[in-house]
Formats: sequence, C-alpha cells, structure tokens
Amino acid sequence: MGLADHMTEQSPDIGRPNIDVSPAEAVADMPLLRIEGVSKKFGTFRAVDRLSLDIAAGEFFALLGPSGCGKTTLLRMLAGFETPDEGRILLGGRDIAPVLPHERPVNMMFQNYALFPHLNVRDNIAFGLKRAGMSRAATDTRVAEMVALVKLDGMEKRKPDQLSGGQKQRVALARSLARRPKVLLLDEPLAALDKKLRESTQLELMELQRRLGMTFIIVTHDQEEAMTMANRIGVMDAGRLEQVATPRDLYEAPASRWVAEFVGDVNLFEGEVTSHEHHRLTVATRDGGAIVVAEPRQSITTPVVTVAIRPEKVKLTRRGPASEVVDSQAINRLEGVVTDVGYLGGSTVYKVKLDSGAVVRSSMANTARIDGDTFSAGQRVVAWFTPDDCMVLER
Amino acid sequence: MSARRIFARPARFAAIAPYLWMVLFFLVPFGFVLKISLSQTAIAQPPYLPLFDFTEGWAAIKAAFAQLSLDNFGLLVSDNLYISSYLRSLVVAVASTLILLLIGYPIAYGMTRLPQRWQAIAMMLVIVPFWTSFLIRIYAWINILQHDGLLNKILLALHLVSAPVVWLSTDTAMYIGIVYSYLPFMILPLYATLVKMDPSLLEAASDLGASPARAFWLVTFPLSLPGVGAGALLCFIPIVGEFVIPDLLAGSGSMMIGQTLWLEFFTNKDWPVAAAAAVALLLLLVPPLLLYDRLQRRQLGAAD
Repeated sequence: MGLADHMTEQSPDIGRPNIDVSPAEAVADMPLLRIEGVSKKFGTFRAVDRLSLDIAAGEFFALLGPSGCGKTTLLRMLAGFETPDEGRILLGGRDIAPVLPHERPVNMMFQNYALFPHLNVRDNIAFGLKRAGMSRAATDTRVAEMVALVKLDGMEKRKPDQLSGGQKQRVALARSLARRPKVLLLDEPLAALDKKLRESTQLELMELQRRLGMTFIIVTHDQEEAMTMANRIGVMDAGRLEQVATPRDLYEAPASRWVAEFVGDVNLFEGEVTSHEHHRLTVATRDGGAIVVAEPRQSITTPVVTVAIRPEKVKLTRRGPASEVVDSQAINRLEGVVTDVGYLGGSTVYKVKLDSGAVVRSSMANTARIDGDTFSAGQRVVAWFTPDDCMVLER
Repeated sequence: MSARRIFARPARFAAIAPYLWMVLFFLVPFGFVLKISLSQTAIAQPPYLPLFDFTEGWAAIKAAFAQLSLDNFGLLVSDNLYISSYLRSLVVAVASTLILLLIGYPIAYGMTRLPQRWQAIAMMLVIVPFWTSFLIRIYAWINILQHDGLLNKILLALHLVSAPVVWLSTDTAMYIGIVYSYLPFMILPLYATLVKMDPSLLEAASDLGASPARAFWLVTFPLSLPGVGAGALLCFIPIVGEFVIPDLLAGSGSMMIGQTLWLEFFTNKDWPVAAAAAVALLLLLVPPLLLYDRLQRRQLGAAD
C-alpha cells in the first residue's frame, strides 16, 4: 500500500492548550482511554447506559452496533460534543470532562465529512493547524504531507463541491489527522462510499493506523468493516456493551444469542442439557433432536441453553451410502430437504428444511470450477457438523 | 405560436409567463416614463408635449420624435437640488442598511439558536407588524416621537433627560422609521441562510480547535454572506427611493430623491423632469444590482 510512506512517524506534536497526555505524565498502568460508568440520557431515554471500557494506546477499536444503540453518542462524548450525565472519561489518566471540545487532543472524522464548503482543500486541512498557532511554513509543510498521504496532489485549490465522494472522504481524513491527535474518532467514515472504494479504503486506513501508531476509534454498523479493520470490537446494544473481543472471538465465541445473530449468520437451536460427560454435552433440542457439543471454556450455569452453529460449519452430504465420517457417533446429523439455493460466487448458501420443520442454513465454499459438490432444491440431504463447531450460549 | 397552442402546453407557458409579466408591467410602463422624460412640459392634459398623434400620419409621428430631447437630464445634472437629493438618498440608504445589518444579524442568528417550536413563534413576531398598514405604523411613530410622546415621557420618568427631546422632524426619527420598517426584510433572508447551515460544520470547527467565537467568524459568517447580500439589497434598493418615511418623520431641510420626485410631479406639475429623475434613479440602482448578480454568479461558479 505505502499510503503512509509520506508521513514522518515521529514529528513533534503541535502545541495544545490545557491538556497534555505525554506518556511521561500519564498515570502508570493506565490505558490511554478509560471510560468509567458513563451514562447519557436524552429525556428519559438512556442512549448510553453505565458503560465502561478501556482502550489502549495504538489500538484500532471498533464500536459496532445497530443504529440507535448509542455508539455515536459515546463517540460524541469522547469528542466533547455531548457531556456525560454520569461517569468519567479519562484520557491519559486525566478526567477530560472539563476540557472543551476545541481543547481536546482528539479529532473526529465526521460521517458527512463536514468539510467547510467555502474553503478549498488546502485551507480545510490547514484549519486545525492555524488554530493551534502553527507557523505558516510549518503549516504548509504539514498540509503538503497530508495531501500526499491521502493522495490528493493537485487538488489543493479545489472546493469541496468540486470533489467526488471518495476525494471528500480523503480530505476529511487528512483534516482530522493533520493535528496528530492522540485519538482519532471516526464516525461511520466509509458509509457514503461504494463497496469497492470502501474495501480499498478500509485497507488504507489500517495501513495508516499501523504506520502512525495512533489510536483509532471507529463507529460502524457494518460488521464486516469492523471485523476487517479493528483489533478489538465492542458490540453495543441499547446503550450497553454486549461484548468486547477480538474479531475472531466475537465470531467464534459470541457472549450471547444477540451477538451471535448480529455478527454474521447463525443457526440456533434451543434446548436443555441432558448429559455431560467426556468434555461433551448433549443438548436435547426441539428442532434438531439431540445435539452433541464440546464443553464450553466457561462452564455453564443453567441447563437451558441455545446451541449456535455458523452456516459455513454445516456441511451437506447426499443421502445414501453414508461415508465413514458422517456415520461417526461424534457427528451431529440432521436430515432434511434443500429448499433454497443461493449462489454467491465464492460460496453457495443452502436452506435445508429439516423433518422437524426448522430451517438450517449451510454455506459451502465453491472450491471446484466444474463438477463442484452442488445440491439442488428438492434434494434430500444430510446436514452435519462437529461438536467442536457448536457454540453453547446461555442468554 | 397561437395563444391556443401556448395554453395547450402549460410548461411552455409557465416558462414565458415571467417574461410576459416583466414586459407588460415593467418594460412598457418604463417606456412611457422614458418617453415623458424626453418631452417638454406644457400646460395641458397630460401636462407634457409632444404627444404622439397617430391619426395625423407618419409625418406627425416623425415630427414628434424630432421634438424629443435630453434637456431634462441636463437639468438634473446642472441643478444642485437633484444631485444633493441623490447623494442624500445614497447616504441614507447605505447608513440604514448598515444599521439594519447590525441589528438584523444578531436577531436572525438568535432565532436559529431557538428550539424548533420557538423558531416558528419568533418568525411570527418578525412578520406580525405587516398585519397593520405601513402608514398607520409610521403615524404611530409620529405619536411616539412627538414632543409629549411616549418616548419623551419614558425618558423624563427615568430622569434620563430633564427636558423633552426633539425627535420628530429629525434624521434620527427618519432612521428609526426606516430601520423599524425594513427590519423584517433584513431578518428573513439572513434567517433563511443561517437556518440551513449544517450544525456539524461548527462541531468540526470546534473539533479542530476553534473557540465558539472563532468558529462563528471563520465558518458561520462567511457562509451567511449570500443572506447578507440578499438582505442588504432587499433593504438598500427601496430605501433609496423611499418617500413616505422621510416625508413624515424627517425635517424639511433636505430631501431624498423620492421626495424631490413627488415635488416635481405634484407641486411643480413638471412631469418630464420628474420622469427624468425617475429614470436617473433607476440607472443609479443598476450598478449595485449588477454587482450583487456578479457576486452570486461567482459563488455559483465556485460551486460547479
């Protein structure tokens, strides 16, 4: 990529009044950002509800959730546009509640970019530098650096109206990075871009964040975007964090049914644990009969559980001379009829109606161009999966 | 194209309707005024010569054209009265427009900061004076500003002055009347520009280190300039030609061009000179209009 090649990694920080979060002054063992029991109410509605979260320096953290879950409100509290009703926000060990937005060492990239329409690209990027009292020469150097960083060379004199959506996004990014913030807040930064551009920009943002070593906090409702870019993801619902985990853990070990369903696709079977031996649980489910699952890392506390299996872990086999693997006792088998076939190119999604009436989704990779293992609607199949691929959820 | 076909195509008619309106109610009357301004005064009905007599044939019309002259315009330049009234009109219009901006901008800006529900109420308050006749409102001001009027009573009661102040028949009274009458025309375009400004722009300015005052000067004000231009023009142009307010509230010492026009038309019965003064007034107003048009074009050009 080399997007960040132009930016010197350790250039002196520009002066900022009132707050300094240089590592020397920061309290030991304190994360860069600590959110402690923060709440924000709008009328009687709790947009953010006693939320606590630590974010370390250099992290690329994603706040993921459906619209209205409070993720943007949380971001706006970090920027200083909203004041928490309860709790504290500590940046570098210091409470930033009394620090006004224009004095905070964080910068935000707005969802609609919020570029100043009366200023050209150069002046938009220089806006924050001039406010910080940077000299003209230093400002010019930094602007040139930023313009090169986001590949907008030759566009310095253009007004925002003369730019495409992707170019505006780059100006907004350059403008928010120009002040070298301790934390960069990104509010749905890629929502306005088309799919291809969004994907390439995701990679560029990751590369940039790695090179600059800055802390990025991104708000998104797009789980793929969060999974691609972030080191850690906080899944939010109704003002609370449902789970904070790495993308892999979020997908393979969701904390709840809600998270499992929100992040990716999943088959769910409700049931009751009937036996527990040899690190295997047997769950009697209404829709799928007895399902054998691997013992979860944390022992379960209630017998009523939900078994969750991701579609790509459910394999389909033609009925008939069953293979050795499928016959093994350690394999869960569900019989049914294919009702829907969704060809997606790289994979095909099948819907299988079980004899119990429930529907199981299976996603099979199309590994061969010709004569792949395909099934057609109406065909009777066995859907099977291993106990290790099952997740046991208590709520 | 026949009238029937024009009306058969509403879209086309809609496109030419404004031009028809302009021709009928602006260009044709202006042609009359221009013609009168080139005529000579006469004791007649109407009081000017020559008149076009289309019954006398082509030769008579040619003779009438030959009598047209620019003498009246020469008079405007040579007589101090006209030049001084033009100048006074310009000075009064510029000063009033500046005062209106200084008062109107904070009001319009304050309105945009109100909660949605209160904005509608504030808007009503701005418009509500229009429900009373303009003339009655100016007479009300005469009442307020006269020797034993409300203003003097209040000032005396508060012991701010020891004797009644002469307000009426002064320039102060005229400025009060003009600013009062034109304030809505300044506030409304300013409000319309300010209210559609994206609030996230101010958040972005704040995020980038601008204090609220700085953010106002660097973002809000430059973006409100089209509204400033529209409001200023909407006030400046009619104030230049204002007749009623200076006539009723200002002293008789010096006149604005509207008053001079009235004098020529109704007291001196010199229609040609009055018409020439009116044409000159129009020419006076063209440069600021063109300037505004160019500024707006430049802004639109930058937006392309």
